[in-house]
Amino acid sequence: MDNSCLQTELCGLKLNTPIFAASGTFGFGEEFADFVDLKRLGGVMVKCITLKPRRGNDGVRITETPSGMLNAIGLENPGIETFLLKILPRIKDKMNVIVNVSGSSVEDYGTLAKMLDVDGVAAIELNISCPNVKDGGIIFGTDERQAAAVTAAAKRSTSKPVIVKLSPNVTDITAIARAVESAGADCLSLINTLMGMEINVDTWRVTLGNKTGGLSGGAIKPVAVRMVWQTAQAVNIPIIGTGGIRSAQDAAEFFLAGAAAVAVGTANFAEPSITMKIADDLAAYLRGHGLKNIRELVGKAKS
Amino acid sequence: MKIFDVEILSNDAVAANIFRLILDAPELAAQAKAGQFVQVKISDEFTLRRPFGIASTAGGKVKIFYRQVGRGTEFLSRQRSGERLNILGALGNGYTARGGKVLLVGGGMGLAPLLCAAETAMRNAQCVMRNENPCPLSLVPCPSDVLMGGRNAGEVDFWQAEFRPFAEEIFLTTDDGSVGKYGFVTDALPDVLAKKNYAAILTCGPEVMMRGVAKLAAEKNIPCEVSFEKRMACGLGACLSCSIDTVNGRRKVCKDGPVFDAKEVF
Ligand SMILES: Cc1cc2nc3c(=O)[nH]c(=O)nc-3n(C[C@H](O)[C@H](O)[C@H](O)COP(=O)(O)OP(=O)(O)OC[C@H]3O[C@@H](n4cnc5c(N)ncnc54)[C@H](O)[C@@H]3O)c2cc1C
Ligand SMILES: Cc1cc2nc3c(=O)[nH]c(=O)nc-3n(C[C@H](O)[C@H](O)[C@H](O)COP(=O)(O)O)c2cc1C
Ligand code: FES
Repeated sequence: MDNSCLQTELCGLKLNTPIFAASGTFGFGEEFADFVDLKRLGGVMVKCITLKPRRGNDGVRITETPSGMLNAIGLENPGIETFLLKILPRIKDKMNVIVNVSGSSVEDYGTLAKMLDVDGVAAIELNISCPNVKDGGIIFGTDERQAAAVTAAAKRSTSKPVIVKLSPNVTDITAIARAVESAGADCLSLINTLMGMEINVDTWRVTLGNKTGGLSGGAIKPVAVRMVWQTAQAVNIPIIGTGGIRSAQDAAEFFLAGAAAVAVGTANFAEPSITMKIADDLAAYLRGHGLKNIRELVGKAKS
Repeated sequence: MKIFDVEILSNDAVAANIFRLILDAPELAAQAKAGQFVQVKISDEFTLRRPFGIASTAGGKVKIFYRQVGRGTEFLSRQRSGERLNILGALGNGYTARGGKVLLVGGGMGLAPLLCAAETAMRNAQCVMRNENPCPLSLVPCPSDVLMGGRNAGEVDFWQAEFRPFAEEIFLTTDDGSVGKYGFVTDALPDVLAKKNYAAILTCGPEVMMRGVAKLAAEKNIPCEVSFEKRMACGLGACLSCSIDTVNGRRKVCKDGPVFDAKEVF
């Protein structure tokens, strides 16, 4: 199939399609190799990496909710050293690798960005929005000054494009977006999960081991579209739109709202090959609307 | 591992709230091993698939037994023969292939993957008898024995009927004593182990039960494999919803399991 209408560019990266796999839902990409042509994705945001290995949260980690799910994985990962030594060499030629990182301090983000300034890493995504661990991420994502400090620390330490992943758990996402842009971010990625909770009414117990978790999937799409739209008005750097995308129609909505690319997360669970179907259907959508390239759709929502 | 769009041949209640689902799935049946599972797409309205053990692969059909516990299994129980089902499989590692006589110890829905193990052992034993598949004596497979437990007679009756063609001996326990021995499988296990020498024990069911079985197996120095249940999203080893502690560090039940050497997890 002719996919040239989907070819685009983002922070200097050439993309076969503007469709990414969202961090934490796609492992290190290889797990989906039976279902997806990994080179056809814009890239894979691999599972969040931290300086030290983390075992994640205990107890129940996921639960299904109306049109979505809650997760509280808690950033389980093997740590940056194992990632660089064992995992990156294995995956780097198979896909565009975007490394999602989280730290407990501003310096951590600088150190991680520096360690990832190596061959095989296409870009770095700063996760300042994980709602599931106390000491990482979200404290930086809900405060403009902290968000800017983290971004600046990463930018100083690497030559790779720096994508900052924003939290929806804030009053005004555009304030954080502007602060991060001023600090030098090359691109924004939004949204991460919305903080939520479930209580079993038979046992009166809170379902998740971590008690609260991050809501994702179809249920959050309208919130994500709204936030992408608001943010697109407020900044000049490109946006990767994420949140509840399950079809090419959903993706088109994000492009219309102002996203330059999209990332698909939770939908990969029900349909591991969904990103390929979205690519096919998006190409057909563009042709149907007489557009030659996806860029012509970006930000075209009318009031 | 692949996605299959298969036809439902039947989906019948076999006991209170327990259903037997039979799927026309020759390709999946040919590649599946005992101990593996599938992720069933309930419908487009569900965000997550539901994991179920493969209970039989004979004759190009895949059999699943499920208990109706929540929204997904309730929806599934209303599907009729002739309708289609989207399933992802075969997932996970499966039981280690081995010869000799194996004891299968299961409780409740944990008997489902053990049924597939019993079926496989019987099939291999018959192949050897017909000399179709000559193998070293130490690996000669024999039909398995089964020790099964359930809440009451209604819950074990249909399992007995399912296991009968594949098992040499069946031992029974029920929580209420309505049939078989009164109590849990772990109460009956010492007597069963005293009678014969088993090459291995495979167990699946509630974690406390498996822990008890594993302890007795360790005391007798019998290799023991246990099968874990954890909530799953991807089923592919990508999301870490299902990760557990083992002596070899964190492991994913969907990919590194669901079958583990008992020594690795207890
Ligand atoms: C590898 C594996 C094999 C399984 N094999 C069988 C089988 O052969 N027969 C059978 O009856 N059941 C089996 N189960 C359990 C079965 O997956 C759950 O009972 C089922 O998912 C419940 O779905 P629900 O929507 O009806 O329940 P709900 O409680 O409404 O489900 C809510 C969420 O929790 C998950 N969940 C709830 N209970 C369990 C559980 N016990 N294990 C894992 N996830 C759960 C569901 O998948 C869903 O995501 C197996 C589980 C695993 C992990
Ligand atoms: C199981 C799970 C794990 C996740 N892990 C991460 C993570 O490690 N880092 C991160 O930035 N986002 C993580 N996310 C958030 C997703 O990348 C995505 O931003 C969010 O789920 C919204 O998109 P979706 O509705 O398409 O899933 C995770 C989401 C899920 C469901
Ligand atoms: S279910 Fe996703 S890693 Fe096991």
